[in-house]
Amino acid sequence: MSIGEAKAYRTLSAALERHTGQTVPTNRHWRIDMALKPLMRRNSVPDLQTLAALIEMDTDPKLTRACVEAMVNNETSFFRDQPNFALLAGPVLDHIRELRSDTKRLRIWSAACSTGQEAYSIAITILENAEKWRGWTIQILGTDVSATALAQAREGRYSQFEIQRGLSVTHMIRHFEQQGEEWVAKDALRKMVTFTEHNMLTPVRHFGRFDVILCRNVLMYLNDDKRTHVLEAIAPSMEEGGLLMLGAAETVIGQTQKFRASRAFRGFYELTPGRQGA
Amino acid sequence: MKSCLIVDDSKVIRKVARHILETMQFEVTEAADGKEALDHVAQATPDVILLDWNMPIMSGMDFLRAYRSMNAVPSAKVIFCTTENGIGHIQAAIDEGADEYVMKPFDRETIESKLQILGCI
Repeated sequence: MSIGEAKAYRTLSAALERHTGQTVPTNRHWRIDMALKPLMRRNSVPDLQTLAALIEMDTDPKLTRACVEAMVNNETSFFRDQPNFALLAGPVLDHIRELRSDTKRLRIWSAACSTGQEAYSIAITILENAEKWRGWTIQILGTDVSATALAQAREGRYSQFEIQRGLSVTHMIRHFEQQGEEWVAKDALRKMVTFTEHNMLTPVRHFGRFDVILCRNVLMYLNDDKRTHVLEAIAPSMEEGGLLMLGAAETVIGQTQKFRASRAFRGFYELTPGRQGA
Repeated sequence: MKSCLIVDDSKVIRKVARHILETMQFEVTEAADGKEALDHVAQATPDVILLDWNMPIMSGMDFLRAYRSMNAVPSAKVIFCTTENGIGHIQAAIDEGADEYVMKPFDRETIESKLQILGCI
């Protein structure tokens, strides 16, 4: 790799970190190359060095944003990490249901939801147990930093590859309809989820408080300071008795005192008493 | 060790599927059509059958009907794996007793997630 190329990778990866907190280790710089090729073709940018120079000058915010969005890791799938998701869909939601039996109100936040599969997986879980949730007010919010990913999430439109990952054939034909090569969420499913843009590094907007917050496979791409920042920003949005779900390889331990591991549900975290903060 | 019977008339597809399944610690056998697959299941019941739709001699659907009518105990989980990607075909496969459906082309993640859904891994 030439010095110029190495500098270009550093510039681009720094732009990604500045806007989203995500870091790309040097040994994964090839991801930047792959992610940006379509964008360079569309904008007639001949090589990475030229693109990096344009980003460094920051004269075209649209290009910078498109570039950052292309580099964001949008990897997701329906019912991702199935054993963990089963814990959420079964015992955790049952626990919350009991806890909120007086208000019959359930609010779930799928943070950094990418193209929406996680939020729709929760909605499918609820729809599949419609009788159980009859009479409840249920709100599922999906947020992400990428406007492109959110546009797809709002449409609920998935390619053949995307729809098959994690989704059973029964759920697929019950909750999606085929449109050519793509599968689109049916109205009943789409209406259950609201999507809005939000950067996990900025203060949480007035989304209200949630009974369950999913922030999976986000912290793993951030450095320690930013992990703490994100977790502490989430804490005030957690309803009393609510649970935070992280990715299988993630933890709050050593990152913040605001959360502690749930004794009842492995892989879930609850507010440390008196530590929620405003 | 779990076992899988791959039924597909394409040698290339069988090779790719075998590679994916073997990396997931499956013991793999192969059949090039439905009739050959019936001979296999008469000898031993695999945990999973990965089944193509369009094959010479005996199609995947004909195999599935014949296999389900055998009422084998234990019964293998059947995953259709086919280029017949229309909703009509998918529904027909489920009606005949398919447990899952993979639309070709497939990759490791797709096969893995379907096996997880069926509790095979």
